[in-house]
Amino acid sequence: MTALADGAVDTEVAALAHRSTAAQRMRRRAPLLPALIFTIIITQLPFLVTIGISVLNWNVLRPGDNAFLPGVELGKYESFAGISNYVTVFTDNRLRHAVMNTIVLTASAVLVSVVIGLLLAVLLDRRFPGRGLARTLLIAPFLVMPVAAALLWKHALYNPDYGLFNGVLNWIWQLFGAEQGPIIEWVTNMPMTAVVAALVWQWTPFMMLILLAGLQAQPGDIIEAAKVDGASGWQTFRFLTLPHLRQYLELSVLLGSIYLLQTFDAVFTITQGGPGTATTNLPYEIYLTMFRKYEYGEAAAAGVVVVIGTIIVATFALRTISSLFREEVGR
Amino acid sequence: MNLKAQSRRLAVTAAFGMASVLALTSCAGAGGGSSSDGGASGASGGGGGAQSINVLMVGNPQMTDIQKITAETFTKDTGITVNYTVLPENELRDKVTQDVANQGGQYDVATVGMYEIPIWAKNGWLHELDSYAKADANYDYADVLPSIVKGLSGEDGKAYGLPFYGESSFLMYRKDIFAEKGLTMPERPTWTQVADFAAKLDGAKPGMKGICLRGLPGWGEVFAPLTTVVNTMGGTWFTQDWKAQVNSPEFTKAVNFYVDLVKAHGEPGAGQAGFTECLNAMSQEKVAMWYDATSAAGSLEDAAVSKVAGKVGYAYAPVEATKASGWLWAWAWAMPKTTKKADAAAKFILWSTSKDYEKLVGEKLGWPRVPSGKRASTYAIPEYKAAAAAFGDITLKSIEEVDPANPGVQPRPTVGIQFVTIPEFADLGTKVSQDISAAISGSGTVEQALANGQKLAEEVAKKYQK
Amino acid sequence: MNAPPTGSLARHGGPGGAPPSAAAARGLMRRLRRAKEPEQGLAPRGGPLWATLAWGLTLMFFAPVAWMVLTSLHTEADAATNPPSPLASLTLNGYRELFRRGVEPYLINSAMASLVSTALVLALAIPAAYALSIKPVEKWTDVMFFFLSTKFLPAIAALLPVYLIVKKIGLLDNIWALIILYTAMNLPIAIWMMRSFLAEVPREILEAAEVDGAGLLRVLTLIVWPISMPGVAATALICFIFSWNEFMLAVNLTGVRAGTAPVFLVGFITSEGLFLAQLCAAATLLSLPVLLAGWAAQDKLVRGLSLGAVK
Repeated sequence: MTALADGAVDTEVAALAHRSTAAQRMRRRAPLLPALIFTIIITQLPFLVTIGISVLNWNVLRPGDNAFLPGVELGKYESFAGISNYVTVFTDNRLRHAVMNTIVLTASAVLVSVVIGLLLAVLLDRRFPGRGLARTLLIAPFLVMPVAAALLWKHALYNPDYGLFNGVLNWIWQLFGAEQGPIIEWVTNMPMTAVVAALVWQWTPFMMLILLAGLQAQPGDIIEAAKVDGASGWQTFRFLTLPHLRQYLELSVLLGSIYLLQTFDAVFTITQGGPGTATTNLPYEIYLTMFRKYEYGEAAAAGVVVVIGTIIVATFALRTISSLFREEVGR
Repeated sequence: MNLKAQSRRLAVTAAFGMASVLALTSCAGAGGGSSSDGGASGASGGGGGAQSINVLMVGNPQMTDIQKITAETFTKDTGITVNYTVLPENELRDKVTQDVANQGGQYDVATVGMYEIPIWAKNGWLHELDSYAKADANYDYADVLPSIVKGLSGEDGKAYGLPFYGESSFLMYRKDIFAEKGLTMPERPTWTQVADFAAKLDGAKPGMKGICLRGLPGWGEVFAPLTTVVNTMGGTWFTQDWKAQVNSPEFTKAVNFYVDLVKAHGEPGAGQAGFTECLNAMSQEKVAMWYDATSAAGSLEDAAVSKVAGKVGYAYAPVEATKASGWLWAWAWAMPKTTKKADAAAKFILWSTSKDYEKLVGEKLGWPRVPSGKRASTYAIPEYKAAAAAFGDITLKSIEEVDPANPGVQPRPTVGIQFVTIPEFADLGTKVSQDISAAISGSGTVEQALANGQKLAEEVAKKYQK
Repeated sequence: MNAPPTGSLARHGGPGGAPPSAAAARGLMRRLRRAKEPEQGLAPRGGPLWATLAWGLTLMFFAPVAWMVLTSLHTEADAATNPPSPLASLTLNGYRELFRRGVEPYLINSAMASLVSTALVLALAIPAAYALSIKPVEKWTDVMFFFLSTKFLPAIAALLPVYLIVKKIGLLDNIWALIILYTAMNLPIAIWMMRSFLAEVPREILEAAEVDGAGLLRVLTLIVWPISMPGVAATALICFIFSWNEFMLAVNLTGVRAGTAPVFLVGFITSEGLFLAQLCAAATLLSLPVLLAGWAAQDKLVRGLSLGAVK
């Protein structure tokens, strides 16, 4: 586990020792530059354009006469809007609703998949017949294409008529002599749960893999010693394993949040944000503003606000990740 | 068994495999890139003998039929290859609007409806089709039904779309079930009668519901049938002088009626049900009645996909305060101004909306599947008349008798039955429909939905009040 | 059952793979052995109850995948029965129908977008990772965090400008637009991963080689490359998976010619007639490349997805 940390410290020391001529520094930087320049152009430039659009009155169905970005002309807008798009973003309760939905969706999907992932990791940390095969089968949900997974849940599992869930209920009911099982409209009656369940199914294997790696990095001798001292299985887990796993749990929550905050495929496919706005999260709401309302200015303003929000969350997240590396260095 | 050792070996194998695949595709990449070089240069490559056009269309049954027979007929005769992209209605609207409004130029032909054509024509996004349609005597443009021609024209009176099929709405019901229950459907039922029937037909067979009505959000989904109910119950979105009327007593009464009916006697999963879901429900014997597009009849009477062929009766759209209440819609082909293959695209449009194409479909795929509802002559073809005996006449009459300029009890600011022809309506209708769909699913109330809708409608109306 | 450390060394050795010096080789072997040690302690054995519980949960999670594959092999009529009929006769019709609908171009586009962008990512990421680990620039941690921070930015906020710019430069519905965007999308992860792999190259070997007067090229080909090869494979795998699965950019930036595998699935969002078997066939077929690749390199998967933080 410490190979990385050793290397990092060594190289840093080396870097300090070698601090010398400008030419040498340039030679060191050269291999980095292509990637750095490419990343800056492709990821930062669009955001500058987004900020530009966010101060315009630009509804694509009512083309105006003003060229956006003279010389480049990415489109024609109606007029300058100042901060009015931002006012809309902050006062529109649809957007507030979308923020709430995003939080609920992300938090519940992350927490449930971490808990189930932990359970699975603990189970897989012991030897049992076919353990390798079980692990292989378990990661399958994570490898199914997200859009395909969402469609699978929507049609093959949730469909009230011919979906597997109601089908199995029907089968069980008929087994006990009933004429027909209950018809549950999963997506209609519990939309958020339906989306979260599909996401949990996809993400639990990921959490399981991280936590399993954590468990396997646990020094075996300490557990042995605890056993010799007469600690129960639960005590060992509670007071030794769990603290050891803390950073792995943090990591899985963080990574899960990064990826799940951006959930688009599942909402777009399973519920289309409905019923009503019950499952409209931020990415989908921005998509709607862009492609159903055609208000480019408003969509861009919402985008800018979301980016700022994300930067705040990300700063915290990055700090945690970097402390994770520091802990490794410290050990 | 050591997982790590095993998977390391696999990883190494995978790495070598990957490396060789990478080498292969980067060669293929260089070649593939230049041969299939995206929209701009690809589109300008026209003019040669072997042309191809890109067509974006909605995934309704009539559209998927054309996909099946193009290669062996149109392409064979003209040498023009047609690349189809088929999308569900909501996704189609996203895509086609995005492409046309931004002059993306990805498509040479797209299916567009009566709502979009006047607005887009005004923005100068569409190629006029008048000159093509009128130049060809065989095409017989005068044969196209007047109400449809009017709906697909711009402010300048020129055609900006040619109809692939037209439709009104009517009530479809199971004759056999009605007979079993001793009920009779009048030729022109009222909504009160329909609600009464629905209650009696619930559970006529195990799992059967009384009626299928759309509940899927979208101005073109739930609001297509719902607005006709609103119209005939005396409501409207806007008065002629742009006063929003979404929470008026008439509008509220109509929506409450619709929501209550579908909640009590409608299909399971109504909040997610659109045209295709209802078509499934009806053709798989899950519902006894269905109020929707007249174009559904062709699919219902096709024994290959429907279990109820021959068992369905057809009645005029149910009414209350108006004489007729069907909607009017046509899916039409339009040509974005950005196309660089206007002539090839026009050839395709004329071919697919011609009398000959109708005959072709009739002979190859069966007469009930003819894309009808747009030409008077269709209803004079003996084979079609025989195949559409149950629904042909009533379809034609429904289309002829509706009045897009005056669909309700009060004068309207724009022309259109189940929509208001302003750019903002797509968003307004969709947002209100989301709340109504939620009310159908049991969360939220109609009153709350309409109160929100009224606010949104007032915002929109401000721009138009003088 | 463990592969002996020398075995993996030999496999990574490449052509004429003799390490530059015997001392360095010993050091490398020591390191490899040390890295393997925790693996050798056997995990405790679980009882029958343990196995039952583990397998029960596993099968619950795998059931939807199994159902997807099974349904894809049924006829449309059998796929839509209620209660379900898992034992119905099998057919390949669902898959045949996919090919009749023309799924091949979508698969080719996806292969092209994912493989070419992966190659580009590696070409950019490996030198960058080198400059961040083996011969690090000053303030390399700041650079690292800049790269990672771009991964946090919500793609949806960039969609509109990206669409407008791509349209402007005439790359709409062109697979190269996706290749470039996927390269940018995966570059931060790739740099993080590659950096952590390169940091594992033992310093003492590098120094020994330098003392022996080996040139940069020799050091790279004989020492750095063999050791980091599994890392490159893992990085490539992750980039491949993410590009293959990407949906939002693909659906908005492609149309007729450049549509990728996820775009093919959009047609299935609303149902029409009986289509469940075909849907499942499509889902299975389009997920297959990633399933196979992911299964083949399970432990690389977790390292890649955790940005190299978990090994």
